[in-house]
Amino acid sequence: MPTRRRPAQWIEPHLPKLVVSPLFAASLFFVYGFIAWTLYISFTRSAVLPSYEFAGLIQYERLWDTPRWYVAIANLFIFSSLFMAGCTVIGILLAILLDQRIRIEGTIRAIYLYPMALSFIVTGTAWKWILNPGLGLEHVIRGWGFENFRFDWLVNPDMAIYTVVIAGVWQSSGYVMALFLAGLRSVDDEILKAAAIDGAGPIRTYYSIILPMVRPVFLSAFIILAHLAIKSFDLVMALTGGGPGYATDMPATFMYSFAFQRSELGEAAASAVMMLVTVIAIIVPYLYSELRRTGR
Amino acid sequence: MSRAAIDGIVRPKGARNKVLRVLLFFILGLFVLYYLLPLFVMVSTSLKSLDEIRGGSLLSLPRNPNFDAWGKAWQSACVGVRCNGLRPYMWNSVAMVVPAVLISTTLGALNGYALTKWRFRGADTIFALMLFGAFIPFQVVLLPMARTLGLMGLAGSVTGLIFVHTVYGLAFTTLYFRNFFIGVSDGIVQAAKIDGAGFFRIFFHVMLPMAPPAIVVTVIWQFTQIWNDFLFGIAFTVGDSNPVTVALNNIVNTSTGVKEYNVDMAAAILAALPTLLVYIIAGKYFVRGLAAGALKG
Amino acid sequence: MSNVRLEKVWKRFGATEVIKGVDIEFNEGEFVVLVGPSGCGKSTLLNLVAGLETLSSGNIFIGDRLVNDIPPKDRNIAMVFQSYALYPTKTVHKNITFGMETRRVPVAEQERALKQVTELLHIDSFLERKPGQLSGGQRQRVAMGRALVRHPDVFLFDEPLSNLDAKLRIEMRTEIKKLHQQLGKTIIYVTHDQIEAMTLASRIAVMDNGHIRQFASPETIYEEPEDLFVAEFIGAPSMNIVRGRIRKKGQYVVEVIDEEGSILFPLPDRLLKPAAAREDQEVFLGMRPETITRKGAQRPSVNMFSFQRAIDVVEPTGPDTMLVFTLGNIEAIARVHPEDREQAGAKYAFEVDMGKAKLFDVKTGKRL
Repeated sequence: MPTRRRPAQWIEPHLPKLVVSPLFAASLFFVYGFIAWTLYISFTRSAVLPSYEFAGLIQYERLWDTPRWYVAIANLFIFSSLFMAGCTVIGILLAILLDQRIRIEGTIRAIYLYPMALSFIVTGTAWKWILNPGLGLEHVIRGWGFENFRFDWLVNPDMAIYTVVIAGVWQSSGYVMALFLAGLRSVDDEILKAAAIDGAGPIRTYYSIILPMVRPVFLSAFIILAHLAIKSFDLVMALTGGGPGYATDMPATFMYSFAFQRSELGEAAASAVMMLVTVIAIIVPYLYSELRRTGR
Repeated sequence: MSRAAIDGIVRPKGARNKVLRVLLFFILGLFVLYYLLPLFVMVSTSLKSLDEIRGGSLLSLPRNPNFDAWGKAWQSACVGVRCNGLRPYMWNSVAMVVPAVLISTTLGALNGYALTKWRFRGADTIFALMLFGAFIPFQVVLLPMARTLGLMGLAGSVTGLIFVHTVYGLAFTTLYFRNFFIGVSDGIVQAAKIDGAGFFRIFFHVMLPMAPPAIVVTVIWQFTQIWNDFLFGIAFTVGDSNPVTVALNNIVNTSTGVKEYNVDMAAAILAALPTLLVYIIAGKYFVRGLAAGALKG
Repeated sequence: MSNVRLEKVWKRFGATEVIKGVDIEFNEGEFVVLVGPSGCGKSTLLNLVAGLETLSSGNIFIGDRLVNDIPPKDRNIAMVFQSYALYPTKTVHKNITFGMETRRVPVAEQERALKQVTELLHIDSFLERKPGQLSGGQRQRVAMGRALVRHPDVFLFDEPLSNLDAKLRIEMRTEIKKLHQQLGKTIIYVTHDQIEAMTLASRIAVMDNGHIRQFASPETIYEEPEDLFVAEFIGAPSMNIVRGRIRKKGQYVVEVIDEEGSILFPLPDRLLKPAAAREDQEVFLGMRPETITRKGAQRPSVNMFSFQRAIDVVEPTGPDTMLVFTLGNIEAIARVHPEDREQAGAKYAFEVDMGKAKLFDVKTGKRL
């Protein structure tokens, strides 16, 4: 190559920084700058319009005095524990079953996983129809001769949150299956051969050797599912709209409703900060250990 | 992903193993039905008439399958008071998703390249900060973003939505390209530098030609995520500029008039069709995105 | 009885034939090494004996028992894997006793067996550690401990030393040989390293492309290779194999012609018969590098033959120096004493012990 002295040659070593620093600055600003803004607003009396006068913890006091917030917290607790447990149990079960040298494994795996390609809105719409008290599953089962069968969870304030669990597990369990299947497949074949020579049957091999080896997958699955649960907004909106009343409200829908429908900016900001704190409590230790483990 | 190496292990033969094998397929089949049921119900309901829906069973096949409900969902279903069907909103989504995917993928590739191959002081910190950005609950940026879009004059517009998706999609695309480029030997970059190539020349002539697998995964993942988004759509757009997910939710939850379940289902399928097609055609790459998302969530 | 017998053993993966009709019998107490290039089927053969692969056809007997349909755990074998295949989440202790646990051996007996093995292998100091905290050599010992504790009839080793560094490999090699002398159990050992094969085996089976090329003692394999493949595979640097033509010039010779002229290698008495049958025909002449030295360096004998060639390359290895020179169609190697070296390019007077030379058929590759 001819070495041609370019006028801008001195810039060359700095070019990467010049190119990417505005990008990084912008993306960091839109995350951390905005978090700071929301955090600040949560310490003001902002309502319809933001006010920038510091007012201490007043919004947090209001938030924790709002019964609807307690419903949202309780729902989050119910939903996330059942959702995570359901997805994990189904995910592990299916991964282990699919690990048994099935000829049509590819097809089955694709079917188990396709809900992940759908929008939660589509999932919610479908399940809303299936769980429709008049014409849905209730109707079908009555048609089979169980005249007194009742399945009205969708409109029953005490039970509606469980319909969100049903649809959520349907959508996300295949993902957990895929995570675990990849984990199971990463176990070295020679280990399985050694187990066969040691005389361990399939149950013992999975329980005593393979599953302990894929412990990191349990952690990833937990993090992903917890994260999905805390952020779940779309599914609730599509399935129940937070109703009946606010029986299926979750922190995400609560925040949206207070921010965009009731224009309580301060309280909405406070609830968003609470969500962020929860996510941080789960994610940061994980990310920290993950970044340390992978080196750099 | 297969286990050919242990397929051959000699196993005890006997009735017990046969029974277990049958049980295995039974359970797998049951779950196939479980996952396919909603899709089946959606399709069959969308092909039925309202009378048949009211009189018949959720699980029965349509007697006279027809696409009337699909037509209605496409061009005349009512979203609130406007009755143009899903069509304009589908175009909104297309107009949003194409630029957002292209921009976020391109910038992500550039970021990933700079972070791995031109390592500068603080690169790791920046990466860690961006990584965390992928995990935040977006509720925490909704309010300031709404105001920012207002200040930029982009409130309630598709352009505004493109901007938002690009900004918050960067975390994933940067992460994915970083992980891809970190596997590319530094020697290649050193060699190109010795040959006199600069930052952009190496990026376009050396790195990008190696990156099609990463590009495909990122494009598919971003497409799916952005198409399926609801939160930003409902928070930052109004009426005419709604993306299809928001419009679908509005159709389904429109309380005026007769509830047309077949139209709802047809609309849901229409809204799901693009991502489903991508999944069917390029499922392999979609799954790779999922695996990368294992870190991102 | 714990001999191992394979009868007409075939293994196919789909359309690919990996083992093509192997008939072989390993005697009780024998240390057999299966050696061959990668992909020759040696590991598959071992897996077939272990029951980790199902036979396509044929029979395998361990002792008098037909084991074709018997699962690995009931074959009374133990195996040491290339990757060691230790259970990473279990301690060394549990790794060794896991097999006994699954067979419901009483705990007291497990402990006794464990103690015996750990003392034998000097691994008692890290029983409570996990494999991840051990060095390669320690892992190797644990893997052997897991095999030993079963008191199997037959030990199977699948390239057990290939993940160790050179020094450890030699140490462990000696240790394995000692163990065999102590235990006297049948061992079938797979490796691609011909030095390992030569040093360990009581008999070596050289495999190529799904066939056993030769099954004999290391000395026989080295001195009387059945064919070209075995001759070239065993020995490093490998045997010089040069194309030539049999002529009768008073006695029978092999004539090798190249740009530097022609050389007539006189054949020893032992090769007269095959030579006479092939007068004026092409053959391969095989000469091991250590049989070619500086003129006068070997004990004089009637079979010594000297010739001159220019040295192309000089490669010192320490104990010996390799001299590379052109001979016929090949780059031949002579192994000389370091003091006998000359500069590259120099004319050199070589001497070859034709008593140790071999002739191979050009078409079949069989030794004549």
